[in-house]
Amino acid sequence: MKASISLLRGSLGAALVAFALAVPSVSAADKVDPAADAKAFQKFFFKKFPDVKHDDFVNGPYSMNEDMKRQWQEKEEFPPYEFSLDAGKEMFATPFKNGKTYADCFPNGGIGIRQNYPYFDTKEGKVVTLELALNRCREANGEAPYSYVKDEMASLTAYMAFTSRGKPMDIKIPDDPRALEAFENGKRYFYTRRGQLNFSCASCHVQSPGERIRAEILAPALGILNAMPIYRSEWSGMGTISRRFITCNSQTRAVPLEPQADEYRDVEYFLSYVANGLPISGPGARP
Amino acid sequence: MSAAMQRSLVLAMLLLSSLAPPARAANEADYKAAYAAAEVASKEASGMRNQWTTTVSTLAAAKKAGDGGDFDGAVAAAKEAEALAKASIVQATSEKEAWKAMEIR
Ligand code: HEC
Repeated sequence: MKASISLLRGSLGAALVAFALAVPSVSAADKVDPAADAKAFQKFFFKKFPDVKHDDFVNGPYSMNEDMKRQWQEKEEFPPYEFSLDAGKEMFATPFKNGKTYADCFPNGGIGIRQNYPYFDTKEGKVVTLELALNRCREANGEAPYSYVKDEMASLTAYMAFTSRGKPMDIKIPDDPRALEAFENGKRYFYTRRGQLNFSCASCHVQSPGERIRAEILAPALGILNAMPIYRSEWSGMGTISRRFITCNSQTRAVPLEPQADEYRDVEYFLSYVANGLPISGPGARP
Repeated sequence: MSAAMQRSLVLAMLLLSSLAPPARAANEADYKAAYAAAEVASKEASGMRNQWTTTVSTLAAAKKAGDGGDFDGAVAAAKEAEALAKASIVQATSEKEAWKAMEIR
């Protein structure tokens, strides 16, 4: 993997593609067993990074690098996501034209529930993310949906994450074959190589966390959504989960999918489920 | 390097810049044919949800060259776009099974 990462780093201009066709050593019976998957996933990271406290994985790149962590902790005294948090709080409290508010759309008035998203909606037969639920709430109340990649959506999810800080991720997979399929599809999306650079999400976030890509230190896949949304200096603003997925796809020269495409919903379901038990830490701030 | 990578076999190295140049100057019909072929492959890749950004940009470059009357350039870009699209189709097809090699178990 080191070689592949340096390929990405070094030859962004080269029109070169190498196909690594791995011969998979897959056990005969491929049963979907999310609980076993989550256990193996967590164990992999706990073993790979024995010095990282388990709850620290939710701090993305900061869990991988002590210097960076110190800088971040200093920054947290005046967190750059604060304006977004304040905006989100206000938006959350401001009634729609029909007098209702976001609180009317969510369990517990939307407070302290981030850890339960995404969930599998057995009526629709699909995964519903928090971003999707927020826009559905808006539309159900006669408001236009927000862009999934812009500030308003990030502010709303920042506020909802903030009210849920410290709560352990708690994603359920109901006893429904479609839910298992969504989990499996998310898993496949996560491990599938794509783009001209032939990278999967796992190439970067499983095989290379802690390594640098250009100026950035790669976050571990375990707990990678717990800090979302995030402020990034590079974006000079906030980024939603949708925005992050799109950016990561583009980095491998893959055309990103539309925000909240089934694949993105499913990969969010997968990544959140395997992080069950790890605390919500969002909103986050990144260099 | 991970075990999965070590086990893996580099099947194809596609050096796009080494595509053979055409023997004679291309005309508009050559461009249209090359562009149509590239478009078919690129639509197939897109249908597999596996389009590459470089396919899109190279196809756009082909069109721009063609519109500007540079048919040699347009044909070369269209062929490159077609090769990229086809590589992305090979990738999507092989990944239907190959993804499992990377899975944490
Ligand atoms: C080419 C390497 C690469 C690939 C492939 C990649 N990412 Fe990323 N990803 C990055 C970089 C670089 C960052 C920013 C630094 C960081 O936080 O890891 C990032 C950040 C993230 C973050 C935010 C983490 C945080 O704490 O700030 C998420 C979530 C994420 N990626 C998800 C994905 C998913 C899902 C995929 C597959 C669709 C994917 N990434 C594929 C490079 C990659």
